[in-house]
Amino acid sequence: MTDITTLPASAATPATRSKTFNYQRWLNRSLHYLVLSALAVITVYPFWWTLVTAVSTAGKVYAFPPALLPTEPGLQNFLEVFQTINVWAFYKNSILISGATVVGTLIICSLAAYPIARMRFAGRNFVFGAIVATMILPSEVNFLINFITVSKLGLTDTISGVVLPNLAGAVGIFLMKQAFEAVPQDLIDAAKVDGANEWEVFWKIMLPLAKPALGALAILTLVSAWNQYIWPSIVMTSVENFPLSVGVSYLKGAFSFKTRLVAAGAVLTVLPILIMFLFTQRYFLRGFEGAVK
Amino acid sequence: MAELKLKQLQKTYEDGPTVIHGINLDIRDGEFMVFVGPSGCGKTTTLRMIAGLEDISGGELIIGKQVVNDVPAAKRGVAMVFQSYALYPHMTVRENMGFGLRLAKQPKADVEAAVHRAADILQITHLLDRKPKALSGGQRQRVAIGRAIVRKPDVFLFDEPLSNLDASLRIQMRIELAKLHKELATTMVYVTHDQVEAMTLGDRIAVFNGGRIEQVGTPLALYEKPANLFVAGFLGSPRMNFLPSKVAGHGLQLADKAELDIQLPLPDGTPVTIGVRPEHIGLGYEGLAAVVDIVEHLGDTQIAYVRVKDIKDPLAVKLASNHTPPANGSTVRIAITPETCHVFGEDGKVMMPVRREETVLA
Repeated sequence: MTDITTLPASAATPATRSKTFNYQRWLNRSLHYLVLSALAVITVYPFWWTLVTAVSTAGKVYAFPPALLPTEPGLQNFLEVFQTINVWAFYKNSILISGATVVGTLIICSLAAYPIARMRFAGRNFVFGAIVATMILPSEVNFLINFITVSKLGLTDTISGVVLPNLAGAVGIFLMKQAFEAVPQDLIDAAKVDGANEWEVFWKIMLPLAKPALGALAILTLVSAWNQYIWPSIVMTSVENFPLSVGVSYLKGAFSFKTRLVAAGAVLTVLPILIMFLFTQRYFLRGFEGAVK
Repeated sequence: MAELKLKQLQKTYEDGPTVIHGINLDIRDGEFMVFVGPSGCGKTTTLRMIAGLEDISGGELIIGKQVVNDVPAAKRGVAMVFQSYALYPHMTVRENMGFGLRLAKQPKADVEAAVHRAADILQITHLLDRKPKALSGGQRQRVAIGRAIVRKPDVFLFDEPLSNLDASLRIQMRIELAKLHKELATTMVYVTHDQVEAMTLGDRIAVFNGGRIEQVGTPLALYEKPANLFVAGFLGSPRMNFLPSKVAGHGLQLADKAELDIQLPLPDGTPVTIGVRPEHIGLGYEGLAAVVDIVEHLGDTQIAYVRVKDIKDPLAVKLASNHTPPANGSTVRIAITPETCHVFGEDGKVMMPVRREETVLA
């Protein structure tokens, strides 16, 4: 009779293997977290340093090793920023420029991506290839030709001048194209049988289904439009038209440089967009899921 | 309601092959026509051409009295139910069903009334405010059918609408579709690869193969009088048995030198194929010797697969459930009566024998 209480020798092997496997997994995971933590520190530290510098009212700014916590914290620097520059006017300009850029980008990129994704026409692949090819060039390359165009159109020192050249971006078109391609053909066919024309298919079916991608593109565009510095400082000539990103440079006097003041200005610039991103990052990631499938 | 005429209908893709080779078909007003055939035979392409979702490369498509080759899908008076249901995920059931009417700028009250009427027929009124993702497969299918009903089309088109449902739900929906056709009395064209659906639902069936229609007829006519080997083999489960034979003297010579008394006006030695349905083969003490491969018990019936010398494929024999099943590997004798045989020529087309006598295969 076989003794069922005694396990055969081979039965012990999986348990041993499983212990070894768990150890390896633990080691792998620890390494992962170590690398990710290092990357997080490298990414977050500059922001943290700026914040510490802005809220500290005493101590050495450029001490080494740098201070990790603020010394005699207070809002003094922020109050000084509000006294030195017209922060509210700059905020208003930033909101107008970013808002117009976001709305314009969503419209232009969706309209450009839809035919590339869903319509058959001669040269479709060439057009898309040409659009993607523009991603290779740094945006600074376009500054000269864009400035000439904006000048000829009489749009210098206007919000339109800052916004217009940034509306049709290859990244946005690519993102929306991927989103439209992910919509099943049957839905488009069903809409056509239901009586929808091409515009109604786009407006009533495709756009609502591409909401996650639209959300991601909106966030991406907002961050980039809010933070842009060089182009608005080229186009805008009147201080009252400056967005916040350009306006904070006025905190740097001609003969003096108050690092804490500039840091406070930088915090005021980044804070709204950072808060918004924290709340919307879920949509941002969802929107990119389709693009990288 | 409308009749449909397909005249030499052809589909050729740009720089590609011709997939529909000039098919002719008349679908009567109020008829339930089923397109059946294997994958890639052109049945769905034909349906999509009727819907206006594929361009027509040649021939004419007439709905009612109008040639609709160049009429857009929306203006053909057709509604389509897709295999994937194709419900708009961002809309509620109510919005899905009323979408077509809203596009047609119908008054809100009319849209609402039409949606409720269709929902009542399909018993989905309680689901009207749900989104498609909150519905089961069967409910989604009902909504898809509801969306088609709401538009009161002249022709309903169904593209394998039940193939994503489980077996029991498929049977239930099949019955409901048959009832719906009776109730609406509208022309329906239904694509399926499932022959049971085709046989049970269709007033008539069009059997497709390689972009051509092989045969059109009532389900029973196709089953009992298939025009060719393809139709004979496609309809019926298990499929018809095919026995290669040749004309010899006053009859047909089969494998193992067995003879069948079917006379054909053909010279001796002409090869032909004999087709026999599994239910028409008898298992007994006389006839052709065969070795039992395996016996399948299906509850109400049994299928014995037997091997006969010189015949490549095993023959299926349908037995009553109370028949004592033959043992696997045992030798049995099978008998075939000439009246139940279909004879196909070298070109695969059915041949009418000159005389059939009640002779048992010996």
